[in-house]
Amino acid sequence: MKADFEHRQAAHCETGVTMSLLRNKGITQITEPLAFGIGAGLFYVYVPFVKINNGPAIAFRTFPGVIFKRTCKALDIPIVRKKFNSKEQAAAFLQEQIDAGNPVGCQVGVYYLSYFPKEYRFHFNAHNIIVYGKEGDDFLVSDPIMEQATHLTSYELERVRFAKGALAPKGQIYYPAKHVELTNEKVKLAIIKGIKNNVQNMLHIPGWFGGVAGIAWTGKKIKTWRDKLGIEKAGLYLAQLVRMQEEIGTGGGGFRYIYAAFLQEAQAYVPNDQLPGISAEFTKAGDLWRTAAVQAAGIYKGRIGTQADFNVMGDYLLEVAEIEKKAFTALKKIKW
Amino acid sequence: MEQKDVPQDKGALGKMTREVCYATDENGKYVTSLSTGWEVKNGALDTTWKDIEGRIAVARQKVTAGEASPVLFFMEYRLMDINILKDYTGLWKWQIKKHLRPAAFNKLSQKILQRYADAFNVSIDKLKSMDIDEG
Repeated sequence: MKADFEHRQAAHCETGVTMSLLRNKGITQITEPLAFGIGAGLFYVYVPFVKINNGPAIAFRTFPGVIFKRTCKALDIPIVRKKFNSKEQAAAFLQEQIDAGNPVGCQVGVYYLSYFPKEYRFHFNAHNIIVYGKEGDDFLVSDPIMEQATHLTSYELERVRFAKGALAPKGQIYYPAKHVELTNEKVKLAIIKGIKNNVQNMLHIPGWFGGVAGIAWTGKKIKTWRDKLGIEKAGLYLAQLVRMQEEIGTGGGGFRYIYAAFLQEAQAYVPNDQLPGISAEFTKAGDLWRTAAVQAAGIYKGRIGTQADFNVMGDYLLEVAEIEKKAFTALKKIKW
Repeated sequence: MEQKDVPQDKGALGKMTREVCYATDENGKYVTSLSTGWEVKNGALDTTWKDIEGRIAVARQKVTAGEASPVLFFMEYRLMDINILKDYTGLWKWQIKKHLRPAAFNKLSQKILQRYADAFNVSIDKLKSMDIDEG
């Protein structure tokens, strides 16, 4: 059994799944950048006192699962979302959907994801794929970050759907319940809502470690890493920062480029003189994040490593925080 | 980032796919571009793996020297921490901490050993001997 489904590659897994599932329901206006922006995907957080893979817990995007939910909600598209306690029930529900020709989003862990090379397999449980059919014992899989569609055996799929640890997927399945006719007006309102939501999250989130304040805080912290952690561990921390920022799934520049693309596309629905300029500011932020990554690489590869080098690294983040603060403040001031 | 600057470096990513990057064309308009990878990211991944391999080697030494049980080795080998291992085995954290000591580990029942073996995806024999194919 195989649903009528076309694999589409995207930069990021959850927005890619969202875009593809909506498109499959005949909702064709929603591109990856629109899904990211309407879902208010852009974020920054450095969670203090928590370690992931022995390094800092840093994220450049909003909490997993939220983008799909927010995007569909803003567009008044009903969704179905299920988690399971039993593997049998999870498998049976998936089979029902496939028999009905309905492609579904699945949350999976990547540690046992067989088509990932070893280097990319960590206990990261918030990856998203689409399952759209079954041939023999093989499930047909559309992983948005991959160029081609792929497949997993029923055992392999069960294993990744029931990966354990933080954000355990618990067999989670989700999909838009039905086709909804989207008017331009509705997309426009969803875009405005998404922007407002993102302004809120980046400028006004409580605490010192999230949003633009969190970026500046990280910048200041990095300057102390050399003394506090020693050069080797500091390098490891910087490597983790760069991986979260640039690794496959981000579209480059810690998702800042996807957000800049979103603001360009938004212009078609919400014409506004300021949007192109603000979009360019996010491009600038993305570029500076990448410049910072090059500096970080100099440190973790051992080419540089004086305190002055760490200060330069920290200052890049302080500068990024300023750019993003200005850009979001400009978005906040727009009278829609 | 401009489209012409989208990096095309070789690395682990190439074993899987090329990735989509968002970049601007000559008119400043955003387009998607495929990238084979970026050496800055390769360096980050290499640094992370070098650290992991170091931790695995230290854990193996500790087990061989009788300072820790194979649970420590496999925890590092499978990139786990106690929280992840707790979820895979269904044991309590304090139990796992206890089982990290060779004396406690040597007294474990087959049933508990099997839980660890399943969590680490190895046989009980290999769990005890650390004799694994490092591929």
